[in-house]
Amino acid sequence: MAKDTNSNHADQYYKAKKKEEMKHQVITFALMIVFTIIAFGLVIGEFDKLFVFPVLLVLAAVQVGFQFYYFMHMSHKGHEFPALMIYSGIFAAILTILALTTITWV
Amino acid sequence: MSTHEDVLSSENLPHEPEKATLEGKNKFLGFWFFLGGETVLFASLFGTYLALKNSFGAAEHTTPSQELFGLELVFIMTMLLLTSSLTSVYAMYHMKNHDFKKMMVWLGITVLLGAAFLGLEIYEFYHYVHHYHHTFTSSAFGSAFYTLVGFHGAHVAFGLLWIITLMIRNARRGLNLYNAPKFYVASLYWHFIDVVWVFIFTVVYLMGKVG
Amino acid sequence: MSTATVGKRSFGAVVWDYLTTVDHKKIAILYLVAGGFFFLLGGLEAMLIRLQLMAPDSELIGAQFYNELFTMHGTTMIFLAAMPLLFALMNAIMPLQIGARDVAFPFINALGFWLFLFGGLLLNCSWFLGGAPDAGWTAYAPLSVISPGHGVDFYALGLQISGFGTLMGGINFIVTIITMRAPGMTYMRMPLFTWSTFVASILILFAFPALTVGLFLLTFDRLFGANFFVPDMGGNEIIWEHLFWIFGHPEVYILILPAFGVFSEVFSTFSKKRLFGYSSMVFATVLIAFLGFMVWAHHMFTVGMGPIANSIFAIATMAIAVPTGIKIFNWLLTMWGGSIRMTTAMLYAVSFIPTFTLGGITGVMLASAAADYQYHDSYFVVAHFHYVIVGGVVFGILGGLTYWWPLMFGKMLNEKLGKWTFWLFFTGFHLTFFIQHFLGLMGMPRRYWKFLEGQGLETGNLISTVGAFLMAIATFILLYNVIITTVKGKKSPADPWDGRTLEWSLPNPTPFYNFKQLPLVRGLDPLWVEKTQGNGKMIPAEPLDDIHMPNNSFLPFTISLGLFIAAFGFMYRVDAGFPAYVAIGVGLAITLGSMLIRSVKDDLGYHIHKEDLEKEGAGE
Repeated sequence: MAKDTNSNHADQYYKAKKKEEMKHQVITFALMIVFTIIAFGLVIGEFDKLFVFPVLLVLAAVQVGFQFYYFMHMSHKGHEFPALMIYSGIFAAILTILALTTITWV
Repeated sequence: MSTHEDVLSSENLPHEPEKATLEGKNKFLGFWFFLGGETVLFASLFGTYLALKNSFGAAEHTTPSQELFGLELVFIMTMLLLTSSLTSVYAMYHMKNHDFKKMMVWLGITVLLGAAFLGLEIYEFYHYVHHYHHTFTSSAFGSAFYTLVGFHGAHVAFGLLWIITLMIRNARRGLNLYNAPKFYVASLYWHFIDVVWVFIFTVVYLMGKVG
Repeated sequence: MSTATVGKRSFGAVVWDYLTTVDHKKIAILYLVAGGFFFLLGGLEAMLIRLQLMAPDSELIGAQFYNELFTMHGTTMIFLAAMPLLFALMNAIMPLQIGARDVAFPFINALGFWLFLFGGLLLNCSWFLGGAPDAGWTAYAPLSVISPGHGVDFYALGLQISGFGTLMGGINFIVTIITMRAPGMTYMRMPLFTWSTFVASILILFAFPALTVGLFLLTFDRLFGANFFVPDMGGNEIIWEHLFWIFGHPEVYILILPAFGVFSEVFSTFSKKRLFGYSSMVFATVLIAFLGFMVWAHHMFTVGMGPIANSIFAIATMAIAVPTGIKIFNWLLTMWGGSIRMTTAMLYAVSFIPTFTLGGITGVMLASAAADYQYHDSYFVVAHFHYVIVGGVVFGILGGLTYWWPLMFGKMLNEKLGKWTFWLFFTGFHLTFFIQHFLGLMGMPRRYWKFLEGQGLETGNLISTVGAFLMAIATFILLYNVIITTVKGKKSPADPWDGRTLEWSLPNPTPFYNFKQLPLVRGLDPLWVEKTQGNGKMIPAEPLDDIHMPNNSFLPFTISLGLFIAAFGFMYRVDAGFPAYVAIGVGLAITLGSMLIRSVKDDLGYHIHKEDLEKEGAGE
């Protein structure tokens, strides 16, 4: 009997937590839509390239962060190694892109 | 120690069924690491594209990216894929609540959105080929464009086949500890496809439109 | 059905067992046999190269064949010999060292092997189908794009397939080490060989995708009319060089780190001391891997990337000498004051230190960007990378195999023959390659078919060829040793070297489930801890219970076979037309169909029951 109540409590706790999380995810999604619209708007608005490019890249990076941390739960416990590997991958990715954009045409 | 019956039973699932078994945990980690590798794969493709994006040499057809890309279609595609990311989040939410039916419904919606995205992408390619003679072999820019966007498209197609297979295979028997990790990993894959698309629409289309 | 290993089985049953096995110990043997075969093949190619260069202006073999030989020698030795042989050791030893019953993904592990094998076979089919690849193992564009025939297609598709296998193997090892360690086996108690497997696998994960992309681009250019490396159409060959070396340089560390791991085990065991500076060894391994990702462009100093890029990559390269130096000193200090036993394995380890240090020093010389303009593409480079790869990796593999042979096969290799192999190989190696430093400095370029009389290169080349023969003789003695040990050798004791790590606590032969009860690890060198503080036996960490085992599967073989068939179709699409499309269709159908079966059919494995384990235990 006592055990049942306990697991019920636990169930309710997890349910509430998941609900809370879902709320975050919906907010995240709304923000991603907004960011996307801003990004497209910047390009359609024909602002200066020097301004648009950095903002576009920042918006993309934030969106990707949202995907990883909210949609793919990288902030949760047990994601230490996934996070380490994704960041290592991003490190290698940045080096690769940097090289191919700067020291390829000689 | 668990027996087969436990793993295949839909009763009494723990609150994180995808990581409850060692096999599930291994799959979860292994797939994340694979995505780490995929990051480098796409970085290599992005780097190649960036190095070649205005590069036509002595090619016959040389429509630059500013004139080539139409943003309307890309916007719709982006919205479809972003939404499909949210629907797969819903699917995983219901999986964690052990509500198999709702999970299947949301996965079904995800598949439909993905398929619509893929259809538009194929139409887009068709449009470029027929109206601008912008093909895989027309210039280095063409090769790089179709390879980068095509690799992403191939990932979408593979993801669709994967999720559909999972849905058909498990439609009758419901959620259990054996298939929960499979669903979860497929949804991770789907999110990653969206991550890549975020960079494609930013770097290829938006920055390409600006010049 | 699978618990008791039946005494005598028919030949067919054994073959079928190996074709379907998912047991990491058997996969290790598969890797060893296949890698050993390719090692002999690569060695044969090397001998032909040395024979051609024995005398000036030699007409022994044709120029085209020579190009194919050096291309295939490099490609075979790196991708089809060194990597698989290291994978053999990793598969055989690493799970035992961490106290695991199996790897994380037994099926994927088997798939990795079969992909590698079919990729390697595909590559070598080129010999019989119009000529092998001839653009060097680096396959630089535009040569690799315009090279006629299908040689380079075999290179691109063969390496692509075997590369998938390597990537899968790498992920499997990482996850195994993270999730399947025995109770008490913390990260900082893992043996160095496990650590280096871990780090090398991470490097595989991030390096191989760049090669995958590079090979795809090359394939697209050659077979589908793309223009990545065609300057006329806006392409750029330097992209290939970057992608190849973004993969290629970490690859060097993927090869050498496991060899470092082997030596760390050997030094410690045969000095009867724990490894000196264990934590700094771990740190140095990780640091080498990290730095190893930022140095690839030192292969491209003469491309003309500019002084800034060259300087950055030069300094990053030289920085790697620091963690490597840490390791060298730690090994020396491990031996210092130890009670050293000069077994064959230890001979390889001890001789590795000066040999590898020489290679490291020439490495720093080559890292000086300005000086590199002089060394580039000369025999100096050839000498350098053979010093690190043979002196490091091959010595490591030979030493490791001698050390772990009793564990893998239950019999000890003959020590006397082993020492003959070592001394001949060691002498032959230095004869072959030391002189090449000077040949390079005298101006002899690499990859040239001939050298001419009267340029002072005759004696050096002759010496080099004589050395190569000594290495060949050493290899034959090793083969002989393996054969007589297999045929006549006696069963070895379970712990023949007085080992320190967990793998030596297992009975001989190792049961297919490895550990009947998972061991409790109480410190670094767990077996040694028990030998000095306990009764010499591992303490079980769990009561005897049912053991879960994975099922065998034939699907890894068919998935790989399908890709092998499809690759021929892609290659001969233009010349053969319809039949080629059939090959593509059939091949992909086999692969995708097998994947579908894998995904649809439940594979839950089976259990070995407690009662059966108890019965087996009674006989022990």
